[in-house]
Amino acid sequence: MKHKVAVTINGRKHEHEVEARLLLVHYLRDVVGLTGTHIGCDTSQCGACTIHVDGKAIKSCTMFAVQADGRNLTTIEGLAKEGKLHPIQQAFWDEHGLQCGYCTPGFIMAAAYLLEQNPNPTEDEIRRGLEGNLCRCTGYVNIVKSVQSAAKVMGGASTTAGRSAVTAGGE
Amino acid sequence: MAVSQLVGAKIHRREDPRLITGHGRYTDDLTRTGLVHLAVVRSPHAHARIKSIGVEAAKKSPGVLGVFTAQDFKDIIAGPATHPVAPVFAPDKKVNPPRYPIAREEVCYQGEPVAVVVAEQRYQAADAAQLVDVEYDPLPAVMEIEEAMKPGSPKAHTDQPDNIAWDATYVPWEATEEAFKTADVVVKQRILQRRLSPNAIESRVVMAEYDPFDKRLTMWMSTQNPHWIRLFVSGALGMGEHSVRVVSHDVGGGFGSKISPYPEDYLVPAVSKLVERPVKWTETRTEAVQNAYAGRGQIYDVEASAKKDGTLLGMRVTQLLDCGAYIGTFGAFQTCACLLAGGAYKWKAISSRSIGVLTNKITTDPYRGAGRPEATHVAERMIDLLAVELKMDPVELRRKNFPAKEEFPFTQNFGLVMDSGDYNASLDKALKLFGYDQMRREQAEARKQGKLVGIGLSTWIEICGLGPGAVTGPATGGVVLSESAQVKVHPAGGVSIYVGTHNHGQGNDTTHAQIAADALGVPIEQIDIRHGDTNEGPGFGYGTYGSRTLAVGGVAINRACAKVVEKGKKVAAHILEAAEEDIVFDQGKFHVKGAPDKSKAFGEVAFAAYGQLPAGLEQGLEAVAYFEPPNFVWPFGAHICAVEVDAETGNAQITKYVAVDDCGNIINPMIVDGQLHGGIAQSIGQALYEEMVYDQDGQLRSATFLDYTIPSMNEIPNIQLDRTITPSPTNELGVKGIGEAGTIAATAAIINAICDAVSPLGIKHVDMPATPDRLWNQIKEARK
Repeated sequence: MKHKVAVTINGRKHEHEVEARLLLVHYLRDVVGLTGTHIGCDTSQCGACTIHVDGKAIKSCTMFAVQADGRNLTTIEGLAKEGKLHPIQQAFWDEHGLQCGYCTPGFIMAAAYLLEQNPNPTEDEIRRGLEGNLCRCTGYVNIVKSVQSAAKVMGGASTTAGRSAVTAGGE
Repeated sequence: MAVSQLVGAKIHRREDPRLITGHGRYTDDLTRTGLVHLAVVRSPHAHARIKSIGVEAAKKSPGVLGVFTAQDFKDIIAGPATHPVAPVFAPDKKVNPPRYPIAREEVCYQGEPVAVVVAEQRYQAADAAQLVDVEYDPLPAVMEIEEAMKPGSPKAHTDQPDNIAWDATYVPWEATEEAFKTADVVVKQRILQRRLSPNAIESRVVMAEYDPFDKRLTMWMSTQNPHWIRLFVSGALGMGEHSVRVVSHDVGGGFGSKISPYPEDYLVPAVSKLVERPVKWTETRTEAVQNAYAGRGQIYDVEASAKKDGTLLGMRVTQLLDCGAYIGTFGAFQTCACLLAGGAYKWKAISSRSIGVLTNKITTDPYRGAGRPEATHVAERMIDLLAVELKMDPVELRRKNFPAKEEFPFTQNFGLVMDSGDYNASLDKALKLFGYDQMRREQAEARKQGKLVGIGLSTWIEICGLGPGAVTGPATGGVVLSESAQVKVHPAGGVSIYVGTHNHGQGNDTTHAQIAADALGVPIEQIDIRHGDTNEGPGFGYGTYGSRTLAVGGVAINRACAKVVEKGKKVAAHILEAAEEDIVFDQGKFHVKGAPDKSKAFGEVAFAAYGQLPAGLEQGLEAVAYFEPPNFVWPFGAHICAVEVDAETGNAQITKYVAVDDCGNIINPMIVDGQLHGGIAQSIGQALYEEMVYDQDGQLRSATFLDYTIPSMNEIPNIQLDRTITPSPTNELGVKGIGEAGTIAATAAIINAICDAVSPLGIKHVDMPATPDRLWNQIKEARK
């Protein structure tokens, strides 16, 4: 039996009939065709599939597509605006915060949420805030630097750049 | 080469814009019209006989196109259905069980494919795979190396005489008799290298489309070496290489686990042939931990001797290597540890022997470092054990036995020629950066307060840049690991460069462009680097592994560029109306000797190269170069680690980590540092957390990220880096390799630091991973 799902993804409305068991990440990748959100594990450990649902970072492998009905989603494809990189994307590029790039969209989405919650995090707060994302290439050193650099650019208290794509405080 | 402008500069990676915006092209991101999905039915047993396979229920499941078992592939995969690749690097092959992409009568490891299911949708294939009814007759599994070596042990394969894959002595024990007889101090130690799961965050994916009319096969997959896969798969499917194309766009990490061919590499294209549809298989994480070729899995029995003044004398090393159920295609490369166990030091003599042992586990194969982390760990642990016995500072013992800078090229005990080095320079710099003397004083203070604080060193070396044919040829049955590059200059001056290496995170698309921009004197934006498509570029590419991409592939690019410049001189001579020998090429311009104003820009020459030329001069401005290195390259460095062990919990906390490394000339310092960070983090994983754990029946108990701990941000400290630069004389760029260095170096520094920390309790050796429970138990025992 199929169920109707209506979601807004990166500002565009989508409607599909899906199986109840379809994972949100598979919905994004296989049904909507947004393949920037990746899958790295099957136990919700790696965070490669992190997106924003109503402004909150969630692991989209741990949510069914039907649970997203009526929600507002932002994926990595929706972060850059009008051809301009989000400051976190820019910081990952500047600070060599990625190597193979596979875990990167998840890290960027998780970092965007972290900086919304805590615009001026300490190194320890960054490490604790992003411990739900795994990277096998970088040793995290430059990921931490990227987030620190983005926080600086985003000006601490001002979070407009990071929030332009999402409806904050959805719940 | 031209005056360096870009080599050595921190250039932002050109591959990043697509990767940070979600527009990468990893294999699972790709699709084809009419795509169907494949799921693999795997053996739940480590060792069993297949009694029957019931496929009817699965065939009736919604969306299913077919269910296939070994007999269905008989006419598709040659052999019939033998794994077509003979293992290379094995010193001898006593027992080399044939491997099939899909099990026929006997399964020999948990996860071995038994059947495949193809369905219209991903979830339908997974559903139907559950309905395949396989009846097994379980057989005894042999899981431990030493158990497998015993006469009368259960056999990993019932049709083989025993479990000994090879038993090779490189230098006999008699050769070190003198070195032990005359010694003042002898230390002996067993050192474990547990099995590791590589765990690139992107698991493997294979998509294949067979065109029955043109009889062409295209494969998109996550691999480190598409040309090798094309060679293997085309052979197995009875197709010429010219009709098989392997494409590997973005790859989400490799670490060695995407070098050798896997069963699915044959099964997916074969199924595409059977169902005449494009087919995709995407590995789950659990499948990846269970089936990706594992790393390490070795036991070392080592003894070392020295004079009381600290002069090193002899070493004897026995390596017991767990091959798993089949000898890995490149698994025996790990025996190189037997030739490198002496590390960065001068020994009078070294004896070594390797025994390869078959067990009922997934095959082992190269994993980041492959043999060299093991060798470094052996050398550096033995040096520290000797230092304790000799009551010498481990720094002094190391210094005393380094070859001096002037002694390079230095021929080590096994005849390998270490190309260049200045081991004292990197050590000096690291000691200073670490604040060694101050840290030792602080350690003494902390010990007075009962704290378990330790400092460990690893003055590592590495052999990389595979490889000179004179060495690799005999070890591989003729396989030479050179590298290719093709440079095409288009009429308007744009440059396309096709490389035989691969980029799965190393940033080659950027560093290769830096090399070419300098060699051709054109802006980097004018250069496109392409890799990972066997339909483009030279006839063969050897791939990326073994820290070879720059030192072999980079040199091939440089040489192909040089050939283009040579051709450009001929064209320039024609348009400048000068003699060819009078043409000088400098920073992207061709000019007449002594008349720099009489010049033509690179683009003008490119345009002219496609126009009217004098008789005997062909149109075009392009070249192919293959580079076979005359020697390996030998990076080195010094890592120093401080740890504090909590006696109450057994937790080892890295409190400081410093690394000073030398990889010769540097193309892009940002990328070099990134490779080191990642390599060290992977090594921290091995030293403190990672281990594939099986029960006695062969069930993998660490099959997910819940149970197999790859370090998160919280486990990795900040790492302080610096470098020295000792150019390599092996190639004209003066470069070495850095991709594996961190992984090769760091386990020894960490474990040496932990051993130093717990030494007041009388503990001399700690094995990896030094998990809290293991350390806590060892401390508890020591305090009894």
